Amino acid sequence: MNRLLIFIFFTFFSFKAFALIEVDITRGNLNPLPIAVSPLSIDENSRKQFEKKLKKKNIGSEISIVVEKNLKTSGLFNPLNKDAFLQAPDIANLKPRFEDWNLIKAQALITGKVSYVDDKLRVEFRLWDVLAGKEMMALAFTTVPNNWRRVGHIITDKVYERLTGEKGYFDTRIIYVAEEGPKTRRIKKLAIMDQDGENNKFLTLGNELVLTPRFNPTSQMVTYLSYFRNLPRVYLLDIETGMQEVVGDFPGMTFAPRFSPNGKKIIMSFAKDGNSDIYTMDLENRIVEKITNHPSIDTSPSYSPDGKYICFNSDRSGYQQIYIMKSDGSNVKRISFGKGLYGTPVWSPRGDLIAFTKLHKGKFYIGVMRTDGSGERLLTENFYQEAPSWSPNGRVLIFYRETKTDSKGEGFSAKLWSIDLTGYNERLVSTPTDASDPSWSSLLSN
Amino acid sequence: MKHLISCEKVRLRNIDQGAIMKLNKILKNAFLIIFACIALSACATSKKSTGQMQGDVYTGTDTVEYLASGVPDRVFFATNESVLTTASRETLRKQAAWLRKNSKITIVLEGHADERGTREYNLALGERRANAAKDYLMTYGISSDRISVLSYGKERPVDSGSNPLAWSKNRRSVTVKAN
Repeated sequence: MNRLLIFIFFTFFSFKAFALIEVDITRGNLNPLPIAVSPLSIDENSRKQFEKKLKKKNIGSEISIVVEKNLKTSGLFNPLNKDAFLQAPDIANLKPRFEDWNLIKAQALITGKVSYVDDKLRVEFRLWDVLAGKEMMALAFTTVPNNWRRVGHIITDKVYERLTGEKGYFDTRIIYVAEEGPKTRRIKKLAIMDQDGENNKFLTLGNELVLTPRFNPTSQMVTYLSYFRNLPRVYLLDIETGMQEVVGDFPGMTFAPRFSPNGKKIIMSFAKDGNSDIYTMDLENRIVEKITNHPSIDTSPSYSPDGKYICFNSDRSGYQQIYIMKSDGSNVKRISFGKGLYGTPVWSPRGDLIAFTKLHKGKFYIGVMRTDGSGERLLTENFYQEAPSWSPNGRVLIFYRETKTDSKGEGFSAKLWSIDLTGYNERLVSTPTDASDPSWSSLLSN
Repeated sequence: MKHLISCEKVRLRNIDQGAIMKLNKILKNAFLIIFACIALSACATSKKSTGQMQGDVYTGTDTVEYLASGVPDRVFFATNESVLTTASRETLRKQAAWLRKNSKITIVLEGHADERGTREYNLALGERRANAAKDYLMTYGISSDRISVLSYGKERPVDSGSNPLAWSKNRRSVTVKAN
């Protein structure tokens, strides 16, 4: 993939003005902000050039559609129907007639301009507060034409950040396991796609079983479990080069891998003689350290964002529960005390919460609790669901859900779903095949 | 009543498979023998399929294959457990005897879990189950050099159903010939 070159040319207004619109993302948003995303204007010459290069008739409207779709799926915004827009895109970008936009109940407006400059795509966009009649933000990006979708995602991130005060999560990707075939003989491949489901790409052929891919938070590396030659081991994969290597030289099964926050270590489980313990391996000097030492099953480790603590899953009490410890393995403390079994703890990138899967009375829940175990909140209940992964801003969780089969054992499916931390905005994330084990990347830009 | 219906399914399948083969061989013989055959097999299966679970451990033979005559290839576990039941220990003693007789054979113990658990924990649980079987075989004199262990977690169910009976069949350790 081409490296994205983004030049932020100018910022007109970026000071905080509390009179302007704000979106509160800490509560379930039942009144999404009405926003008008005007198609980005484009001159005829540029339009023709991009049509030739990208096979898209009007790249200006295509980019605005990306932005619109992102804003809608966030659940925080309500993009208005373009048919109602009164002002032409080019004039709106110069100076919007706020009365017109007010008339269709838009509270915010995005306008912009696309041009073809030295074989490159230049996109300028502006965010306007319709009620206050003010420009809130104006930026321009220049990149290779093929990156046009990413420009749409970056614009969404900028708008989201300006209006909510928190970083966005749109210029990101999801790595997951694509599934096909009967339940008893599933074929599984690693696959990657943009956060909005576009640009789906398979990374393995399906010759061997692969599970639980996870992104390195600092690079385009992925760690995952592969049954290559029927030896379940943790592997590293460089998405850019396709290079793969096995992690460490363990005599038994290694599984449940994740990167440390600085991307320099892998933490995982190693199972031997019926006992699973947690180990780390330093990717630079390859030194392996044993972190837990207990005859029970210790697995699903996940670091706190500062790297000082680890949460993990253990059945040392007799059943699956969530524990935390210092990163050297000392001070082990159980934090889950509710009814039922707890698994797959994942530390939020903001540091304050741990997401988990809970099994209670035959139902599976995705929930969150504080890092001391207090404030447990269940976000969604289903027949089967597990493996939450956080959006990089810690506001959304993506996980997978499996359906119950019928009396003939048919009707099985596995799909990705996302839900806001608030428990609202539950959505199916569409994938070309069945899917499981999603992992959300960091923001690709900045 | 539900159990009765599932019983019938099992019996029908046995007759379909067994009877066609048997019929081909036996057709030339007297009707009496055919009747006897069907009656016997019906008797045998209905006996087997009454109560296919004890607690939540599978006790049926639907999915069981045989390493040799009279040597079942798999043992079953209770939910979240890796403890061997009396029946499992008996099966493993038969496997150990067979392995002692066939000293060149090496095996893989494949440990499995049902779909009602998180993937990573199930991988560990499958490993633990296979090792429970391995430990038992070793106490009956089978060298650890001949045994390798492979956990599939919940990845390879034999029964795709979403019900307690299907799950009980899937919680298993299967002994597979490796050479």
